[in-house]
Amino acid sequence: MKDISVQQLKEHAKELRKTALTMIYEAQSGHPGGAFSSAEITAALYYGEMKIDPKNPKWADRDRFILSKGHACPIQYAALGLLGYFDEHYLHELRKEGSILQGHPDMKKCPGIDISTGSLGQGLSCGVGMALAGKRDGKDYRVFVIIGDGELDEGEIWEAIMAGNAWKLDNLVIFLDNNGLQLDGTTDQVIPHLDVCKKLEAFGYEVYDIDGNDMQQVVDTLNKINASTSGKPKFVNARTVKGKGVSYMENQLAWHGMAPNKEQYEQAMQELERGF
Amino acid sequence: MLSKKLIATRDGFGDEIVELGKENKDIYVVDVDIGKSCKTGKFAHELPQQHVNVGIAEQNGAGVAAGLATCGKIPFVVTYAVFGSLRMGEQIRQEICYPNLNVKIACSHGGLTPANDGASHQGIEDMGVLRSIPNMRVVMPADYYAARALVREAAKIYGPVYLRFTRDAIPVIYDENQKFEIGKAVTLRDGKDAAIIANGDTVRLGIEAAEFLATQGINVRLLDMHTVKPLDVEAVQKCIDECNGRIVVVEDHNIMNGLGSAVCEVVAEAGRGQVKRIGIQDQFGQSAPYESLLAMNGITVKNIVESVKALIK
Ligand SMILES: Cc1ncc(C[n+]2csc(CCOP(=O)(O)OP(=O)(O)O)c2C)c(N)n1
Ligand SMILES: [Mg+2]
Repeated sequence: MKDISVQQLKEHAKELRKTALTMIYEAQSGHPGGAFSSAEITAALYYGEMKIDPKNPKWADRDRFILSKGHACPIQYAALGLLGYFDEHYLHELRKEGSILQGHPDMKKCPGIDISTGSLGQGLSCGVGMALAGKRDGKDYRVFVIIGDGELDEGEIWEAIMAGNAWKLDNLVIFLDNNGLQLDGTTDQVIPHLDVCKKLEAFGYEVYDIDGNDMQQVVDTLNKINASTSGKPKFVNARTVKGKGVSYMENQLAWHGMAPNKEQYEQAMQELERGF
Repeated sequence: MLSKKLIATRDGFGDEIVELGKENKDIYVVDVDIGKSCKTGKFAHELPQQHVNVGIAEQNGAGVAAGLATCGKIPFVVTYAVFGSLRMGEQIRQEICYPNLNVKIACSHGGLTPANDGASHQGIEDMGVLRSIPNMRVVMPADYYAARALVREAAKIYGPVYLRFTRDAIPVIYDENQKFEIGKAVTLRDGKDAAIIANGDTVRLGIEAAEFLATQGINVRLLDMHTVKPLDVEAVQKCIDECNGRIVVVEDHNIMNGLGSAVCEVVAEAGRGQVKRIGIQDQFGQSAPYESLLAMNGITVKNIVESVKALIK
């Protein structure tokens, strides 16, 4: 980790949430729930952990960030915009005609997007490919992939997980944004995943089980991963809350893919400012 | 004149499938975690015994449906066009079309209608892919009532059917008494100067174009070719014979392999007539207003009008 305090990282997570919410509000379209549940992970990676250069987004030795659950992209766009990957005015152009900030991440349009996503289940495979290339080329970059718990339903996720073990990709770190909700219901109602930690251990991963909205735990986990010598790929079961930070959105299915009205937006911005 | 009433055709599907399910206990819905968006919520709630949600696992959904069909069920797998054609494409081929099982694939988000979501969610090549698989039928209704009627028709006939609906709201064209038959075009207007053949959300553009042309003394035949496969070949041949072989095809689908191509196949083999295709210009979409996306591809009333005039000249 870089020299940055947990408190500072929390402030960044707050900024990311506020920026993402403003984007969704201005676009009147987008997915706030899954964006907010992954705010701490996104902030810790972009501001504390990753070896990146916003002025050189295609730097070959950079760490990679893949939002396999691409619908949550406003949170990543917020980080990219605030870090200077592109001019901040673009942050007001989410889902607008001609914008670099597409409804789902587009690597050809937006600097800092390492792979286009949006169709669930596919980003992790691409991350495995990047991690494999890093190994073959003798590079020391890491690949961080955020997947959704609903996304775990996709068979391709498990195909990719098995490849990560087969090729001993210890440069691969998977964060499961385990917020318990998908689109039609809770993951328990739709397709229960049972004990994902046990599953991933059985699949050959070094597993961490944390509160993914607790910045201290996210930071501690990244430090442990950095110190690890197991040679295994890493899996973090980040137990999170969908819509985290806005009272009326938390754990509410309806806020998976809905934009707030003016009143709701203002209340949400106040609550986010206050913090949790 | 086009009605001011706007409804997405996915709503037509959602309403009709509940009726069908109540009438026939073998009608099943296989959801893939986008039931809320594809309007199967009511079905799931009222007919839980005929409903299953496999989660975000389209390939599994297609296979489960095939299995259900071998046991006498009539499953509708419900998803978005891009996933229902490509993600589950091989399962559809191997486990549904090859054994000719009675599975329906019902997809919202057809063409450019999921405008906001961007290219990843805009199924623009789906009908082309699916019409190349033997035994598959491919249908896109033009409005809410057409959707209801064609969903009912699809349930009635045996075998695989791909149904494509709009995410965004479009004008109502028909009323509930309009009859539809899979494989038979609806003639919305008769004329002999040229023909416009459209389907899905572009039929409304065809209506406006035809009305405008009529004010200029040009009378076109307008066909709602809701079924891309099996194509109503006879109706196309009549356009060749009775409309001077001048045909403009309009579709919210890639310019390749869709309705325009299907019509061209008939015209080319007839050795007479000329076709102008209007559709997505073999390019991906983006996040933008739906009407802008259509305009970027020339899918506009103006372009239809100009294309008809160019053929007549
Ligand atoms: C292949 C595919 N199927 C369906 C969808 C539609 N969809 C978008 S988000 C979503 C639910 C995602 O749930 P989860 O992975 O848990 O994400 P989160 O809760 O973090 O939003 C679905 C089904 C999609 N984007 N891709
Ligand atoms: Mg989730």
